[in-house]
Amino acid sequence: MSHDEDRVLDGNAAAGALGSVFAVDLTAAVGACAGCGRTGVLGGTVLFADGMGMVLRCPGCDAVLARVVETLTRTWLDLRGLAYLQVATAPTAV
Amino acid sequence: MTWRVGTVVGRRQESATAVTLVLQVPGWPGHLAGQHVDVRLTAEDGYTATRSYSVASAPDGERVELVVESVVDGEVSPYLTGAVVVGDPLELRGPVGGWFVWRPEQTEPVTLVAGGSGVVPLAAMLRARARAGSDADVRLVYSVRSADQLCFGDELRALAGDGFTPVYTRTAPPGWPRPAARLDAATLAGATWPADRHPSCYVCGPTGFVEAVADLLIEAGHDPARVRTERFGPSGGNG
Amino acid sequence: MAVISRGFSGRRRGGGEALPPGQYLTTDFPVLSAGPTPRVDLDRWELTLTSESGQRRDWSWGQLQALPAQDVTVDLHCVTRWSKLGTAWRGVCLDTLLDGVDTDAAYALVDCYGGYTTNLPLADLRGGRAWVAYGYDGAPLAPEHGGPARLLVPHLYLWKSAKWVHGITLRTSDSPGFWESVGYHNYGDPWREQRYWDA
Repeated sequence: MSHDEDRVLDGNAAAGALGSVFAVDLTAAVGACAGCGRTGVLGGTVLFADGMGMVLRCPGCDAVLARVVETLTRTWLDLRGLAYLQVATAPTAV
Repeated sequence: MTWRVGTVVGRRQESATAVTLVLQVPGWPGHLAGQHVDVRLTAEDGYTATRSYSVASAPDGERVELVVESVVDGEVSPYLTGAVVVGDPLELRGPVGGWFVWRPEQTEPVTLVAGGSGVVPLAAMLRARARAGSDADVRLVYSVRSADQLCFGDELRALAGDGFTPVYTRTAPPGWPRPAARLDAATLAGATWPADRHPSCYVCGPTGFVEAVADLLIEAGHDPARVRTERFGPSGGNG
Repeated sequence: MAVISRGFSGRRRGGGEALPPGQYLTTDFPVLSAGPTPRVDLDRWELTLTSESGQRRDWSWGQLQALPAQDVTVDLHCVTRWSKLGTAWRGVCLDTLLDGVDTDAAYALVDCYGGYTTNLPLADLRGGRAWVAYGYDGAPLAPEHGGPARLLVPHLYLWKSAKWVHGITLRTSDSPGFWESVGYHNYGDPWREQRYWDA
């Protein structure tokens, strides 16, 4: 049996799957929830990772931000829950 | 980013349940302290299972160390801690993660708060700091159930000096001044940099632990943008 | 080419039973979820069936309980490869809910408290093959397993047995649900191993 806590991680856990699609690391990317408008880094989003796929949810309103499914040959990505994503292209202060 | 194959070249028991696997990974591009890898196991019929593990070692050419906590009835961790031997290949993807990282160029004070196996990426940060000769002030709080769960205890004491505070939550060692109890606001405040030092804070461990500690840090006045978190599953990986 | 992990087989142990391809037998009941468990007040719970013409039927919790119920024992097959055999459920057959509904629709879209959706042909909800289930193993269905009520369609992979069922909409065109729209097979027959869209 799984406990809720064991399956609830954060956006950092999606880094590898997202990295198979995007050349830039997205855990540091800032996203905006298309539902409530809250912004934050993807690494800090709530991630439900069961055997079916990864579901990133807004820490504020629980809305689905993104879904990531990896099959043997493809990675499927739905980002409809993100109003935007912004990534630093020049070095920024940590 | 594609899957690479590393070879297990060493194995060390770190605690009653945790094992370090030392891998040689040809073509390893280097990594930042705090980054992790995805490890994939494949059965003969093609069935796969993937888990994430933080890189425990400071950058060191093609050498990469991972720490795996064995979870009772886990699917992957008992295999990695019990069946894998020196010479075995291991498929991995990474390094990944660019947010929960510490770079040697950072000069501000650093607060590290670890819950159980969450200590792994924070140990990597301490090791990288030492390797780089950084004199950034550091404080590490390491919460474990009991002393036999401590990983790299002696090394962490050496790397963090007076800044190292273990917190025992179930069973404290004999004569320990603080009775066994969960990490609370007072203990945390006494063992970490105050908000007016503007530290970069890194919190890693099980989800409940990370959320509770992050809340405490923000209540204590730390800028949320300076509090970075990484939530782990039970086997010490974020997956 | 993938590296084979010597001696690795995951949690799988031989079951000795005839299972769909690629499945293994489990005796526990894993909980998989794409989000937080919805908590639904029975006083406000409702199930809505909407036909393609917009005709609606609603059942409150009390009304659902008053419908003729069946006790069924079925096998569950999850796309994550576990199968659990001989599970006992209590619920209302979809044939009862669809009785007298005037429709030419070929498809159904199921929506749930918490936002989950799944789609299936209307034909797969008929013929004594689907239930709105509110009892499991002799007790009220627990929230983590989809309570107060879930859809139960055991001839398809378990992701089609939508937890926390709220509404069923009959449609003349198909509309892929939560997992079907990100790579999972649109139909999901475990016996033909229809796990993903592309394999």
